Amino acid sequence: MAAFVGSSVSVFVGDRSVLSCSRAGRRVSESGRRAVVTPVKMTYAAGIFEKSNPYADELKATARYISQRGRGILASDESNSTTGKRLAIVDLENEEVNRRDWRELLYTAPDLGKYISGAIMFEETLYQKAADGTPFVDILKDQGIFPGIKVDTGLTALPRTDAETATTGLDGLPDRCAAYYKQGARFAKWRAVLRIGDGCPSDAAIIENCHALARYAQISQAAGLVPIVEPEVLLDGDHDIDRTAYETEKVLSYTFRFLNEYDVCLDAILLKPNMINPGGDYPTPPTPQDVASYTLRTMLRGVPGAVPGIHFLSGGMSDAEATENLNLLNTIEGSERAPWSLTFSYGRALQIAVLKTWSGKPENKEKAQTLLTALARANSQAQLGKFEGEHPSPEAKTRNWQPLRLV
Amino acid sequence: MYFGRAIGPYESELVANAQLLSKSGGGILASDESTGTIGKRLVSAGLENTETTRRDFRELLYTGEELGKYLNGVILFHETLYQSTRRGERFVDVLTKQGILVGIKVDKGLKPLPKHPEETYTEGLDGLEDRCKEYYKQGARFAKWRTTLKIDVGKSLPSEACIAVNAAGLADYASIAQKSGLVPIVEPEILIDGTHGVDISAVVAEHVISAVYEQLRVRQVLLEGTLLKPMMILPGSSWPEKVSPELVAAVTIKAMRRCVPAAVPGIMFLSGGMSEEQATVNLNTINILAKSDEKELICPWSLSFSYGRALQSSVLGTWGGKEETREDARTVAVSLARANSLAQQGLYEGPHPTTLQVSNLIEGFRGWRDPADPDHKI
Repeated sequence: MAAFVGSSVSVFVGDRSVLSCSRAGRRVSESGRRAVVTPVKMTYAAGIFEKSNPYADELKATARYISQRGRGILASDESNSTTGKRLAIVDLENEEVNRRDWRELLYTAPDLGKYISGAIMFEETLYQKAADGTPFVDILKDQGIFPGIKVDTGLTALPRTDAETATTGLDGLPDRCAAYYKQGARFAKWRAVLRIGDGCPSDAAIIENCHALARYAQISQAAGLVPIVEPEVLLDGDHDIDRTAYETEKVLSYTFRFLNEYDVCLDAILLKPNMINPGGDYPTPPTPQDVASYTLRTMLRGVPGAVPGIHFLSGGMSDAEATENLNLLNTIEGSERAPWSLTFSYGRALQIAVLKTWSGKPENKEKAQTLLTALARANSQAQLGKFEGEHPSPEAKTRNWQPLRLV
Repeated sequence: MYFGRAIGPYESELVANAQLLSKSGGGILASDESTGTIGKRLVSAGLENTETTRRDFRELLYTGEELGKYLNGVILFHETLYQSTRRGERFVDVLTKQGILVGIKVDKGLKPLPKHPEETYTEGLDGLEDRCKEYYKQGARFAKWRTTLKIDVGKSLPSEACIAVNAAGLADYASIAQKSGLVPIVEPEILIDGTHGVDISAVVAEHVISAVYEQLRVRQVLLEGTLLKPMMILPGSSWPEKVSPELVAAVTIKAMRRCVPAAVPGIMFLSGGMSEEQATVNLNTINILAKSDEKELICPWSLSFSYGRALQSSVLGTWGGKEETREDARTVAVSLARANSLAQQGLYEGPHPTTLQVSNLIEGFRGWRDPADPDHKI
């Protein structure tokens, strides 16, 4: 049951716990090793975060800094394969130097730190240096941007489900997190993915993904990294907005239930959920008002106030949608009750237009950087509910769909 | 599987009433003690447990002047819902006339949980929908269902089964109440008894309340049309050190922020054995702290009261069953309500209108009882 610190065989099977609080009866594990529970002495004292975690104050301060008003996160943590696909758009080879040049462009953009409070990196990037030898972590820190690190190792198919996935990466995670902290990272990110379809997301997919997400968050906090908790419900599909709201509420409920079970301190996490949109193939596009009001309602119902920041993912929305929806979210009636920041953690919405402007050519670098800062500023304004005028993106209305990649 | 809300025709009324109940400057009087429980209190005050006595006592609580300024709602027991004042005015009308919403206890009491000594579940789901419809017709607009959980770290309480059963029971009740137009007050009372410190209380409360909201979501309960009635975060009653109201306020707000969704309009704390003065002072300190601009103290729900003993004990003491003390008792009832209304706004200043000289109002029969006790049926 709850608050076990130190698992015993009768409750855990391998790395997984079987949560039976969500049903009134008792759930039997796959291997049937779930025995009659003998009362184990509960070490509740160890569940008191401030007493058991030496990083407690730092974690809370980092989370507060990243989620401060007028700032958001640049998600630049694409794996080498995904980055390769991006570089291919501008006819560049997927080589380390090109990946380095692309990220250098992003991190050295002037004034980026006014609008961005954290940048998520892929492992390779965390250890890279700019052409002049300055480590990227130092460049970011000088800009007032916390370095973050993607710690999951990709998606894998869940057997006997209809194209649903689990996220890998728990094995060896404590050691990797410790190394990343040493290198200068101060927050982490793990992406869980669920899709909407007939019978999806299934209970199995939700339980697996939310369990792993909570275990990652627990390990991350123990190593001094603020976990970004990302339970992404994909935009793919032809379902209506009510369906998205229902499934997202369900996923958020499981997420926070597991976070609570594993004693993750909510004051020291950031949430990275999807906004509430109808499926990408739904015949009628949503109005920003619909997206904003459904999203706010879902967050109010599902996210405890102790979480300092909700950093929405862009997930395929166009650059304009990503900004305008966020702006409306921060101005509609009811948003004044929001106990957390409603802000952004955008990847595609901050990068695709910049990538295309750069085109891999040094002579375009400055122009591309100016665009990046302008995009960051637009979303910073949206976080404050003050975005107006024309969107700075040259392709503001194009949706940036990306297929799911399995490792 | 459905994707919308099948609450029924009462959705907007539920939301509106939940907001009325949690409106600033007011709270709830919990006067829904069952016949057995109120009986024990009347008898200790030297009175007989008869229907007339019970009616006379409740009349003192409901007919004070300007009560409606301080109370948003009053919870009644089944018997009381159908009673009238001595002059024949229905209690329901007395309250509604003052702008006070009428509530009704709909559970049928605590039962020992099989195979889990010292723990209980709450009965009352059978026929609940019909009862709720009847109560709505009679004028009730909100309901209440009390579950209790006990902390005992050495014995691993509350157990997983206790939490699961009580959370599921609350969700079932809430879903049925909403279907019948009654705003459900969701009450997972973590009993004050125990030797644990305040940190343990906080961790257990977060865990239990988190499990409760999971179940409410599974049952598609409309959170905007509910209220929560938890205990403040206090050390166990046998914890040796006194804790300051400031500490209680800080740990309570921290814990509630971690587990109560912002969509819930109001958290109505129970008094659970705190003395009348302690209940007021703690509520006041909580609301002063909640006014802070600091991000770590933002409270998206109102923080108010749903007090039983803390609004009644002095009243019973003052009355003592005599005709000549009825007016005084009525005045004390209003003073107690007023003190807590001020506390809800962070504006309470002493002296407290309590007439008692006690440090707490703990009652041993409010939680688990030995099933072998012949008197255990509540």
